[in-house]
Amino acid sequence: MPAEIVETRPRPFRKVEVDPITLDIIENAMLNARWEMDAVLFRTAMSPGIREQHDEFPMIANVEGKMVVGQFGSFIHGFLEAYKGTIEEGDIFLTSDPYACNGAISHANDWLILRPIFKDGRLLSWSAMFGHMTDVGGKVPGSLPTDAKQIFEEGIRVPPLKIYERDQLKSEILELILHNCRLPQWNRSDFNAIVAAVRTAEKRVIELADRFGDDVYYTALDSLLERNHRAMAKLIRDTVPTTKQVFEDYICDDGLGMGPYKIRCTMWRRGRKVIFDFEGTDPQSIGPINFYLNEEMFKMFCGVFMIQVFDPQIMFNDGFYDLMEVRIPEGTLLKPVAPAALSCRTHALGRIFDILGGLLGQGNPEFLCAAGFSDSPHFMYSGYRESGEWYQLYQIGFGGIPGKPSGDGPDGHSLWPSFTNVPNEYLESYFPLRIETYETILDSGGAGQHRGGNGIRISYRFLEPGEISIHDDRWLTYPWGVNGGAPGMRSRKLLIHTDGSEELLPAKCDRIQVAKGDLLHYDTWGGGGWGDPLQRPIEEVAFDVEAGLVSPGGARRYGVVIGDDFVVDDSATRRLRGRMKRGKRRLALFDRGGDIETLRRRCVAETGLPAPRAPEFQTWVTASTAGRRAGTSARSSAGRNSGR
Amino acid sequence: MGYRLGVDVGGTFTDLLLVNESDGSTHTAKVPSTPEDSSIGVLNGIARVCDSAGVDPAQISQVMHGTTVATNTMLTMTGARVGLITTQGYRQVLQIARSFVPGGLGGWVVYNQSKPLAPLALTVEADERIGADGTIVRKLNERQIRAALKTLATKGVEAITVSLINSFANPVHERAVARIARQVLPGLPISLSSDVVPEMQEYERTVTTVADAYVKPRVGSYLKNLQRELKRSMKKVNLHVLRSDGGLASAKAAQKFPVNLLMSGPAGGVSGAIWIAEQAGFKNLITFDMGGTSTDVCLVEGGRAQLRRETTVGDVTVRASSVDVRSVGAGGGSIAHVPELTRALRVGPDSAGADPGPAAYGQGGAAPTVTDANVVLGYLPSAARLGGELELNRDNAETAVQTIADAMGLSLEQAAAGIIDIVNENMFGALRLVSVEKGYDPRDFALIAFGGAGPLHANALGRLMSSWPVIIPPGPGVLCAYGDATTRVRDEASRTFIKRFSDTKATDVAGHLDRLARQAGKSLTGEGVSSREQSVHFEADIRYSGQGLSLTVDVDPAALRRRVGLDAIAAQFDEKHEQLFTFTLDAEKEFVNLRAVVQGKAPQVVAARIGRGRGDPKGAAIGTQMIYADRRRQRATVYDRPRLRAGHVIRGPAIVIEMDSTTVVLPGHAAKVDPLGNLLITPV
Repeated sequence: MPAEIVETRPRPFRKVEVDPITLDIIENAMLNARWEMDAVLFRTAMSPGIREQHDEFPMIANVEGKMVVGQFGSFIHGFLEAYKGTIEEGDIFLTSDPYACNGAISHANDWLILRPIFKDGRLLSWSAMFGHMTDVGGKVPGSLPTDAKQIFEEGIRVPPLKIYERDQLKSEILELILHNCRLPQWNRSDFNAIVAAVRTAEKRVIELADRFGDDVYYTALDSLLERNHRAMAKLIRDTVPTTKQVFEDYICDDGLGMGPYKIRCTMWRRGRKVIFDFEGTDPQSIGPINFYLNEEMFKMFCGVFMIQVFDPQIMFNDGFYDLMEVRIPEGTLLKPVAPAALSCRTHALGRIFDILGGLLGQGNPEFLCAAGFSDSPHFMYSGYRESGEWYQLYQIGFGGIPGKPSGDGPDGHSLWPSFTNVPNEYLESYFPLRIETYETILDSGGAGQHRGGNGIRISYRFLEPGEISIHDDRWLTYPWGVNGGAPGMRSRKLLIHTDGSEELLPAKCDRIQVAKGDLLHYDTWGGGGWGDPLQRPIEEVAFDVEAGLVSPGGARRYGVVIGDDFVVDDSATRRLRGRMKRGKRRLALFDRGGDIETLRRRCVAETGLPAPRAPEFQTWVTASTAGRRAGTSARSSAGRNSGR
Repeated sequence: MGYRLGVDVGGTFTDLLLVNESDGSTHTAKVPSTPEDSSIGVLNGIARVCDSAGVDPAQISQVMHGTTVATNTMLTMTGARVGLITTQGYRQVLQIARSFVPGGLGGWVVYNQSKPLAPLALTVEADERIGADGTIVRKLNERQIRAALKTLATKGVEAITVSLINSFANPVHERAVARIARQVLPGLPISLSSDVVPEMQEYERTVTTVADAYVKPRVGSYLKNLQRELKRSMKKVNLHVLRSDGGLASAKAAQKFPVNLLMSGPAGGVSGAIWIAEQAGFKNLITFDMGGTSTDVCLVEGGRAQLRRETTVGDVTVRASSVDVRSVGAGGGSIAHVPELTRALRVGPDSAGADPGPAAYGQGGAAPTVTDANVVLGYLPSAARLGGELELNRDNAETAVQTIADAMGLSLEQAAAGIIDIVNENMFGALRLVSVEKGYDPRDFALIAFGGAGPLHANALGRLMSSWPVIIPPGPGVLCAYGDATTRVRDEASRTFIKRFSDTKATDVAGHLDRLARQAGKSLTGEGVSSREQSVHFEADIRYSGQGLSLTVDVDPAALRRRVGLDAIAAQFDEKHEQLFTFTLDAEKEFVNLRAVVQGKAPQVVAARIGRGRGDPKGAAIGTQMIYADRRRQRATVYDRPRLRAGHVIRGPAIVIEMDSTTVVLPGHAAKVDPLGNLLITPV
């Protein structure tokens, strides 16, 4: 039985007339409330991951649980299906189990907090927020083992439960959870901060309903959902063809030495509906790169991506969901069967955006961006100081934003909204390390009329012995270029020991021992280029060279000959551009830097690392999904019967 | 005793206020601003105000000035060619910035980064390294930096900035680089990050130092120029400039760190509002300054404006204290539009600006603006003259607003009311940001409105906020000049002091604070404020150890030396944390920064009083006007503000006009005229 909502004074909402101005005012107020949630969290959270890098996402939903304002779409429907108890005034729910909320969060580090908002004895709205905890226990510091095979290795999982009942904290449960974490103080304050944020949203929602009346609030939220529906219906009609578009991209490896893994998506429109079918995506991995992709979340990604180009001012919400159908076969990389490991899901999560760009862009030049910084690579460093104190750092890396129709990709930036880097002086003050280099990597952005952004090199000098973990990708496959633009440079990690010996580290690794004085070059990747590099104005190429973003050698990719004195040789440039133009076949829509077989063959020579072996897949998954399919249909027909 | 003069240079007008220091009486003048060289407007204004007051300019001993020169230099990108020296490995510190991409999911698709204020081509690295604890990890390679500076010399740099990693902990290498730069590039201004903002966070420290150097030449030449011109007619005059934090600095001190002047203009408005409201008996205020393109709001508690540690101009945010003025892109010129895709009514952020301006100005503008909506609703009657010159064209306004009415399927008046409601809501958002969202209840505050459009919207905002009374000061346009003329000389000294409470002795903190007070006091003495006239207060930025943002609490070194110790500070911090965020943590606290703020004596200025009137303000009524309010047409009385007397009560609906602003009193509200000429609007 699904969750039971208990209202002390239940009565239905009435649909009322809401004039368009009131509607816009309520839209505005909801947006303000959403930003206020962020503000409260950032100021009071303690872990750098949330506080500085803003790895968190807020949401406010209507009474039915549809997201009216937020980012990742609503999961409340899935939660209500899965939760077995009552939902009452004063409750606050906590969960960190992706398998228990249909992938609303996608790894156990994300703590999701949900507050039903009651007013005068009936449910009016929901507020929710999730944030990434630096550590939730498990086998490695940071709780994201790169070699996990089951989710049990990834720390404590909290099933959906009431952490507050009648606004009383169930402190024993919280203590039990915190007892399993390496940095309980951070988790505790981050937890408090998220609770404060969802309560802030509640306050604003109730004020709004007081100001305009509950029925107006209720109706307005519906109309805001409807407004999105209308806008998206038009966008879909105008931009999605009825013929099938296919796009594939890859996760380079699984942390266990196998790869690459394919994600494949087919998109077409049938009537007013757009269908995304992930048939052809590889089966789930034995390792931790599986990404439990919530279908609704994918719709949100897709909608936001599309509308960004046309009306960035809109308050985006769930209203258009019935215009999209997302098919993800069970037992695949994007819908793994429990207890598959999920701790390296960040790569597939990011890669989804490249796939979306490729799918939508094929037929719509205004959408077509190159492959971007579709990831949030992680770096962890932990150990005991000489003083005996435990230190533990979790940091997200940034890289090259792709070249895009509107212009160059920024260098060393974030593809995720609201993320910011951690000041290096802060890191040096609180952790035993020194950042010796913090700069973008010369020529790492793909050449194009609009240049791809450069990746970043962070060079960590370790001042205490400890262990590091790395999560990265795109070391084998390239961030592709589009419309004649070239791919960006791939990622790379090089550890230099104090004796001068060098060690190339794989993109995903744990428990690498570092000694005092060791140096790690952590290189992220560049964005792909957009458009023909020969079309880039010569003075812009020269500007980049003088700025140290492109080398004189790299300028030749643009057909520009420039000396070490930054002076352009006009006649040599004219000749080179002419020669390149003649030698060029038609501009490739996508330039992936070679097919998978070619990349494998060149792997050792180019990256210094062995090519991954072909993935092995697990037979139990096939058996279990087949069984479940049979079981599901039996259960659902039973459900229909009991509903009569 | 002589005269002091407050001067505020705005986008359109330059306002002046002349104060007789012996009796506090005042004279005002308003002249057009001269954007190409604003000192011309200032001098014109001085001539005008002295002329009308019959005062010899030579009698003016003090000129207090709020200036937008620094801000405009940033906005128009017309600052110096700044060279930057960073630590090796950090050349791109401004290029990478904080890696932040604005907007939501997918915001990067439309985001194009702006170029750093110090071009990468003019950025060089120094071979050196200081550790986070201030130790020298690698000594500065003097030969290398000398060679690097020589390459800059060939590139026509106009200013040098030095921002090395961890220089907040030890500035020795920055100073060494400065010494060499003075030899290699003689005569160039040099700014060190450890002087401008000796605080942790390399990007923020660098961008602040660079912004400082970027605006310095223009600010310097402007102030020098102005001072020279002033001295022609006023032999003994002292020029003071209002800083972003609302304190005054001598022209000389202001030129030293002009990054502290970026909010000089808005700070003048806030200071003026504080002063006039205090005269009227109000100490808790929210200021509401609505102009043509944006609206600035600020919360004042107990007569003190909230300050914040950063200032944002365009897309650059620097670490410089400023009055915590929040700005929204909503003003009289904000354009209303209805996007085809969503059919929502949006107002702003695009603005018709001053040129072509709202349709009603008849200068070629056709887009429907907030001002046009006010005209359609009758709130800006044709009797109103904007600054006395401009005539309003109602037909143009109606034509423009009709486009919105058609797109939304509303009547003309409904559409106009909708535009006003939406823009009010946008401003309400900013007002909430400084009040509710910081744990303040707006019902405990009065709302004081100024700026060209503030008094038009103030009553409606007061209603949204439940902030009463709504105060409309006399001559709201000259308020900034009042602020300039009535604030105190101020300076502060601060240092980063990151230490957990458990590792800190209270007496050490007291010792540091006293040293800071001496440092700031010395700088004030240098500005001619004798130590007897100085008063000092102390602040500490504190956070839970490991938390990001700190909160500022007042501290008292004397109390620290008594047994009280750090407990009182801890309790104060917890209380503030609870107020802001609804919870406290059982976690160790740490200091982040210590600061001493030293101020000079407040000047003696008395607000002018107006005569007492009796009963009905009939004599001030000059006609009636049909307005649309509360969803219906009604007849409003129009009053001429100069004819109003203390004690008069105006019942809404009414419109009060004066030379540079128009006040709307809504139905169900009344405005009482106080002895200073303020309109105090409350519900009836």
